Amino acid sequence: MHQEYTVIEGDFVNAGAASSSVKKTLKQLNVNPQVVKRVVVALYEAEVNAIAHAYGGKVTVDIDAGKIRMVVADKGPGIPDIALAMQEGYSTARPEVRDMGFGAGMGLPNMQKNVDRLNVTSEVGVGTTVEMEVNF
Amino acid sequence: MFYHALRIDDQLCIGCSRCMKNCPTEAIRISSGTASIQEHRCIDCGRCYEVCPAQAVTIDGDDFDAIHRYSHSVALLPAVFLGQFPDDISVSRVYAVLHELGFAHVMEVESAAMIYADAKNRYAREHADIKPLISSFCPAIVRLIQIKYPSLVENILPIKVPLDLSAMYIEAELQSRDIPREEIGLFYITPCAAKIAAVKAPVGEEKSVIDGVINMNLLYNRVYKKIKELGKNHQYRPLSRQRLSADAVLSTLTNGERRICQAKRSYAIDGIKNVMDFLDKLENDEVEGVEFLELRACDQSCAGALLSCENRFLCGERMYSRARKAAERERNGEMARDREMDRYRDYLIDHSLLGEVQPRSMLVLDEDIGRALEKMEKIEKMKCNLPQIDCGVCGAPTCEAFATDVVCDSADLHRCVFYRIHLESQGKMTLAEGASNMRSVWGADRISGELE
Repeated sequence: MHQEYTVIEGDFVNAGAASSSVKKTLKQLNVNPQVVKRVVVALYEAEVNAIAHAYGGKVTVDIDAGKIRMVVADKGPGIPDIALAMQEGYSTARPEVRDMGFGAGMGLPNMQKNVDRLNVTSEVGVGTTVEMEVNF
Repeated sequence: MFYHALRIDDQLCIGCSRCMKNCPTEAIRISSGTASIQEHRCIDCGRCYEVCPAQAVTIDGDDFDAIHRYSHSVALLPAVFLGQFPDDISVSRVYAVLHELGFAHVMEVESAAMIYADAKNRYAREHADIKPLISSFCPAIVRLIQIKYPSLVENILPIKVPLDLSAMYIEAELQSRDIPREEIGLFYITPCAAKIAAVKAPVGEEKSVIDGVINMNLLYNRVYKKIKELGKNHQYRPLSRQRLSADAVLSTLTNGERRICQAKRSYAIDGIKNVMDFLDKLENDEVEGVEFLELRACDQSCAGALLSCENRFLCGERMYSRARKAAERERNGEMARDREMDRYRDYLIDHSLLGEVQPRSMLVLDEDIGRALEKMEKIEKMKCNLPQIDCGVCGAPTCEAFATDVVCDSADLHRCVFYRIHLESQGKMTLAEGASNMRSVWGADRISGELE
């Protein structure tokens, strides 16, 4: 099963649209509720990142009987030091984004905590791609 | 499969589909001109009952005469019942009339509200890791979470509600006076359908302690009639009655539980749509730091219950008025705690825990994930070809629900009027066949032709 969603820069109003839709799909597939929760939390964080830090992007989701694979690819400034970005509390979010309650520096660490495989690739000035997999 | 207190009477149903369009869990379908409820999706919230123009939705309570089978029949009364009566009919008069009607004892279920609050607060202290705890007070909400939010089932507070606690109290109290259990009949005067389902098919319990359920509107009529019969000058027998505290009176209204819980951050939400919006957010972990949720299916909580005969705001204000009087008495030191029930406090709290609440998701397409995926792909494909205007002419509330029904073999694709017109225009279906399809959904008499 293949699904695609578009994420628009600065559109915090619709943050979570992709994760909500994926949640409904996984419930229909009888995936364990706790696994669904992990998927939704991780994907929501990735969506918010693309909205807050980049100039929008695309979410692609592939589901088979054993796992879900989610790829969030954005066009944006990129991450110069991925290891640093993976640390809890580290954030480059602008003050106005922080004022909205985002940008606590928990995004990537939270994704790491909730998925079985995480791979972040980034090119400065081009964009960032976050690949995540969760086993059922 | 699952017990429900809501039924649709085929003889009365006019097949108007209002219930189908208003059901929050999409549990209703139309076939052969009448509505039917899909058991695994229904949460007994009663929105169908509210919108039905033909009184075809019925609520399955017990016959009133059942109370006469017991020498010690007890009316377990919700505080909203007293909110039904105008100001010139006092609480003590209603109590007296209930005795005249044959109840040996009258017990307001909110008498146990403070013990319930203590049991909940104790549970919250002992389970600080579960956040938020969701009140199990409203049985329609418990069922909603079971079928639609399975990941939140573990957040439901597994504590018996004031109704059960007050029933356990009066049962223990009467038995302590050497009255055998079989002579005690515990009857709940229910303001809604969900409470009936909770008594007849409890969640997290084998069997309810309550023996029967009487619909509140039915009792209202009996009480009112009796008051009129006895007339203004009737001398009512003075009765000892419990005096509820202000907190207890307000506990069934919106914010009633929230104001006496010890949580740092809590929300009180009423109305099933509002509750669903919030649970969607909560399930995504978008709401942080909440410790307690009071969720009620009805607008204005139990004051707006299905079987309430009075306007929800008028009923609510009467309860506030009663609470203000109680608060005044409390301030003047006139009101002592309910000592009788306090003697049973430890017994009730020790027996307040419910068993595990199980999820029973209505959304699951197939137990096997591979087969579920296949079905989902078929549904997605079909959805794209359906008109997506949710006209409901197929007898299902939305195109998506219809596609799911077709893929899960419970509906025929020819029920879609757009698909039929497509087939007819291609010469693949006769107009007579199309009309026959229409009749299979909406009944034989619906296509009369006499419109002009």
